[in-house]
Amino acid sequence: MVGITSFGAYIPYLRLSLAAASGGKRTEGGPEKAVANYDEDALTLAVAAGIDCLRGIDRKTVDGVLFASTSYAFKEKQGAAIVAKALDLRRDVLTADVGDSLRAGTNALRAAMDSVKAGSAKSVLVVIGDTRMAAPRSALEGNLGDAGVAFLIGDVDVAASVTATHAVADEIIDVWRTEGDPFVHSWEDRFVVDHGYRANVKEVVAGLLTKQGLAPKDFAKLVLFGPDKRSHGALARELKFDPTAQLQDALFGRVGNCGAAFAPLQLAAALEDAKAGDKLLLVNYGDGADAFVIEVGSGIEKLRDRRAVRWYLKRRGEIPTYDMYLRFRQLLATEHDRRAGAGLSATKHFRDRDYEVSLLAQKCRNCGQVQYPHQRVCFGCYAKDEFDHVRLSDQIGSLKSFTFDNFAGSPNPPLVATVTDILGARLYIQMTDANPKEVKLDLPVEMTFRKIHDAGGTPNYYWKCTPVR
Amino acid sequence: MNPEAIRDKVAIVGMGCCKFGENWDKDPQDMIVEAAYEAYADAGIENPQKQIEAVFCGAQYPSKGTAEVADALKLYDRPVSMVVNYCATGTDAFRYGVFAVASGMYDTVLVVGFDKPKDRGVSGPSVAVTGVRGLPATPAGWFSHVAARYFDTYGAGREDLARIAVKNHHNGTLAPKSMLKREITVEDALNARVISWPFGLYDCAAQSDGAAAAIITRRELARGYRDDFVLVRGIGISLSADPKEDPSFDFLRWKPTEAAAKQVYLQAGITNPKKEIHVAQVHDCFTLTELLAYEDLGFCEKGSAKEHIQSGTFELTGELPVNTDGGLKTFGHPTGATGVRMIYENYKQLQGKAEKRQVKNATVGLSHNIGGAPQACGVCIVAMP
Repeated sequence: MVGITSFGAYIPYLRLSLAAASGGKRTEGGPEKAVANYDEDALTLAVAAGIDCLRGIDRKTVDGVLFASTSYAFKEKQGAAIVAKALDLRRDVLTADVGDSLRAGTNALRAAMDSVKAGSAKSVLVVIGDTRMAAPRSALEGNLGDAGVAFLIGDVDVAASVTATHAVADEIIDVWRTEGDPFVHSWEDRFVVDHGYRANVKEVVAGLLTKQGLAPKDFAKLVLFGPDKRSHGALARELKFDPTAQLQDALFGRVGNCGAAFAPLQLAAALEDAKAGDKLLLVNYGDGADAFVIEVGSGIEKLRDRRAVRWYLKRRGEIPTYDMYLRFRQLLATEHDRRAGAGLSATKHFRDRDYEVSLLAQKCRNCGQVQYPHQRVCFGCYAKDEFDHVRLSDQIGSLKSFTFDNFAGSPNPPLVATVTDILGARLYIQMTDANPKEVKLDLPVEMTFRKIHDAGGTPNYYWKCTPVR
Repeated sequence: MNPEAIRDKVAIVGMGCCKFGENWDKDPQDMIVEAAYEAYADAGIENPQKQIEAVFCGAQYPSKGTAEVADALKLYDRPVSMVVNYCATGTDAFRYGVFAVASGMYDTVLVVGFDKPKDRGVSGPSVAVTGVRGLPATPAGWFSHVAARYFDTYGAGREDLARIAVKNHHNGTLAPKSMLKREITVEDALNARVISWPFGLYDCAAQSDGAAAAIITRRELARGYRDDFVLVRGIGISLSADPKEDPSFDFLRWKPTEAAAKQVYLQAGITNPKKEIHVAQVHDCFTLTELLAYEDLGFCEKGSAKEHIQSGTFELTGELPVNTDGGLKTFGHPTGATGVRMIYENYKQLQGKAEKRQVKNATVGLSHNIGGAPQACGVCIVAMP
């Protein structure tokens, strides 16, 4: 049976107080949303979730990557190919992007399952990331959050089988965003909820349960997309699920509606708590609806080391001001336009992508010294061209040195510059998601794929380090 | 290497230095002319067209290359070459000049170091980002990488750095051509805004415009120019790996300084630098760079700089005065000019012409530059015959 063989998630470190966002005073423990740091975007969230998902799994066994997002930066240039390179997957990996709809994530899951069923791939990684923006101070703004989630789909060592699916397509003007417009827009919410959300979800759930001869009581959890907390709970009741016992927490006021990743992120949270034998009903909404019956097996026990949602919910820091949030999203004019400059040299990027995108170092076959960036002659023994690749992105490093640079120009100064030792190689690398107070010599750090700048008007990705927490 | 190949064979017979500073009203050629004509006058050169046989220039940011110097001085139809070697550029240009003379190829050579960074519209170095691996290129961000581990290992701290800034600010008030002439206190230095930790504003050198020049000749010909000529006892350059990439780097020293000092002490026959060097100009782009230079040049044991700073060893009245003209900190730092400016200061000190900042009985002077990541270092020792 095809299903989920692994899963992972990623919630950005930063939270924005909803009270502060709407012009009020932040309250301790009050509602908030997860917001991407200035160096994160839909793609980096997806990569981070992918890293969590592939923990302990040989990356060379992945046959395909589907990247789902409604907010990915490029209109032409595939995200899945960047994800595959950042995760150091095989060169002959199938890649495709799925976008344009809140259902992109479940669309991608369905496509991945179909390709495994059809035998064209054994193991397909689905990574989903979204950083949707609504206009500053708009009603929708407080509702949206940023997150990533990932699933590995296969038919061997399945932790949770997808036993049935159903879908409906619908044409309705509910939420939309056109090319060149940074903001998501919505028609009046009561119309959207009644004729879009409720109608489609009820139809897809009825269709699936009838087809399978299942009833709400058969499910341990209902994992349901929701445009807001009230309609989410109300619809669960209407579907005859117990909103207290059966409805999976949608993380309103903690993460927010993270678009294509929203229902899948809740699925990851449900899997963290699920036990063998549990049935989950996953329902996603957007231009129609998708519903999956998921049966958790004993294989779930092998995935208990995933950080997934629980770990990332605990790891949090607050963005101190709403202005800073606007600056991070490039919604406030600043002295230095981060999009300025000629951008990367495509030819240099082409030559450097093994070590800049995949973060591969070299290990000398003669003396064993690991070194970075790429050399022709060994630092340790001067042997020429005697190197094997070694991946640094999933290794723990430690700080050999650091400085807090106020001169370097950062949306959130000071820029923390470090020399990080990983397996003996030295990386001159920025630190992110860190408070300068926690930075000290020999601090253990892990690697995280980030947007370094937008020079040339495109996101330019590389790795940074972040404290191991 | 033959360590004695150039020892005491080349003499400095004239030197010049324009006023360093934010020379908004001067272009590079104005400064080159001022430095070179002072050197001509100092050497008694009346007909440079005839007497200068070759020119070696150093500049890190030249807009016109060698033509900047040739056009300014109208020194055409002879060799004019330019050297770029990070902050060691000036010292390296001088080194090429020394070799050209020592080889016997030319009798009299002009060395000019200059730079004009203040035409770029930014305070301090320009922060250029190239590619994704390169962090914004701030020298403060590079040179500060030794701070955390050095402090942790040897117990030094920002107060020790502040004392270096106070010393160099004081010395700068005594040098007529320096950029900054203002005494500061340890508190001023500690309370200034942080540029790149642990460097506050006063830990950072004053980037400035400037030019400096030297006339060198073979020792046998020196008396034809002046009696109090100064000899080049040793000069060397060394390059190390980028300390941010070097897997063996310990963040307690700058390797290129140690390597260059070793070469030059061998050339000069120096075994006890603290006693045998009487005055030194060391690269203080940042106060910690000067602190490490004390140790890396062998003026004191590794880890002991703090005690020597506190006891005043390197002050104007101390055992081994360092940066007698205020250093990069207050004299200014036009990259390509700096190495030549340091030789200018040592030349004046050895001749006894350093006025209010004169060090007593100095007959051997050392100058030192380190730059880049940093990975390039130049060291030059000059001495009275």
